[in-house]
Amino acid sequence: MSNQMAKRPRPRSPNIQIYRPQLTSVLSIVNRITGVVLSVCAVVLVVWLIAAATGPHTYAVVQGAIASWIGRIVLFGATFSFFLHLCGGIRHLVWDTVQGFELRSIYASGWAVVAASVVLTVAAWLTSLFAG
Amino acid sequence: MIIESSDQVPRATLLKRFPVPRNFGVTPESRIDRGKTWPAPAGAVRVKSFEIYRYEPDSGENPRLDTFEVNLDDCGPMVLDALFWIKNNVDSTLTFRRSCREGVCGSCAMNMDGTNWLACTRFISDLGTPATIYPLANMRVIKDLVPDLTHVFAQYAMIEPWLQSKTPEPETERLQSPEERSKLDGYYECILCFCCTSGCPSHWWNGDRFLGPAALLQAWRWLVDSRDEATGERLDILEDPFRLYRCHTILNCTRTCPKGLNPGKAIAETKKMLIERRS
Repeated sequence: MSNQMAKRPRPRSPNIQIYRPQLTSVLSIVNRITGVVLSVCAVVLVVWLIAAATGPHTYAVVQGAIASWIGRIVLFGATFSFFLHLCGGIRHLVWDTVQGFELRSIYASGWAVVAASVVLTVAAWLTSLFAG
Repeated sequence: MIIESSDQVPRATLLKRFPVPRNFGVTPESRIDRGKTWPAPAGAVRVKSFEIYRYEPDSGENPRLDTFEVNLDDCGPMVLDALFWIKNNVDSTLTFRRSCREGVCGSCAMNMDGTNWLACTRFISDLGTPATIYPLANMRVIKDLVPDLTHVFAQYAMIEPWLQSKTPEPETERLQSPEERSKLDGYYECILCFCCTSGCPSHWWNGDRFLGPAALLQAWRWLVDSRDEATGERLDILEDPFRLYRCHTILNCTRTCPKGLNPGKAIAETKKMLIERRS
């Protein structure tokens, strides 16, 4: 019997399948996801620049895709990702100086990152739509 | 919602668990089956159901989730009391670690309603219905709610948690000023329940090489100890892409510590000390 038992590995208790999402872990994974999104956006930016350098026709096609409704929704998401990642990055820089580690500060700065990203995204779009 | 201290139970959560499949990345032997339901005794008025992770190593079967209906009128206020009530009245094979029943020993650390805490200091009334109880997350399970802590204790041993000195042993005690002693506050109180390490996503993915918050908090406890003279060697052990730097400051550790300690801050202090050593 003991031989049989030795063959069977002990089960691992569930982790992400059961652990409650908290502001701490959610903002961490969001920071990672927005980083990936921004990497993809950098490629799109390069495509847009190459199109502009290639000629008016190519540029019109790419610009048309970006200015379409779907393009604008994606662009809005990209802007939000940018500001979330920026604010999250600043939060991490502050942490690197060993400041703001009390739980109250962790949650306050976390919600501040979310609020600031929303405000900055809306402000950026309002500026580009009405002032540009 | 601002959390002020780690003992606060979240009142409202958008998601009770991350939107991943139940068996996301789970190896075959760890898949959880539906278990039995044990109804409350006849005549019980205030009844609460508990979904509890069960694993019987001798059965050759997979872990399962049993539902127990607990008579709250016959049971103490804490989750540990409910576990005892089940063990005494329903299923005596229910297995869990416990000792002090007052949050001092760290034996009854487990995952309740999705967060790690000590069963003896968590009120039953703070849990949802049904209350879900799992062993500490991401640990090999010996039986039911008893996790195998061999690996995390090996990681604790790696940071060499004892006083190391090079100067000749003094005739009397090694004295500390009150200021030097106060630097240990918030670190020496750790009871090694491993709630933090078990709640750290970085440790879930890289637990084989990342030491985890519990061991790293202890590492800092010895780094700041004015009596310890092995600071350089201790930093050498930690200066590694995985052992220390897999900490991405997620801070689930600080959120979950049942003693209200701050492993996240201890790790940040360690990183800062390493940078200062380099310059």
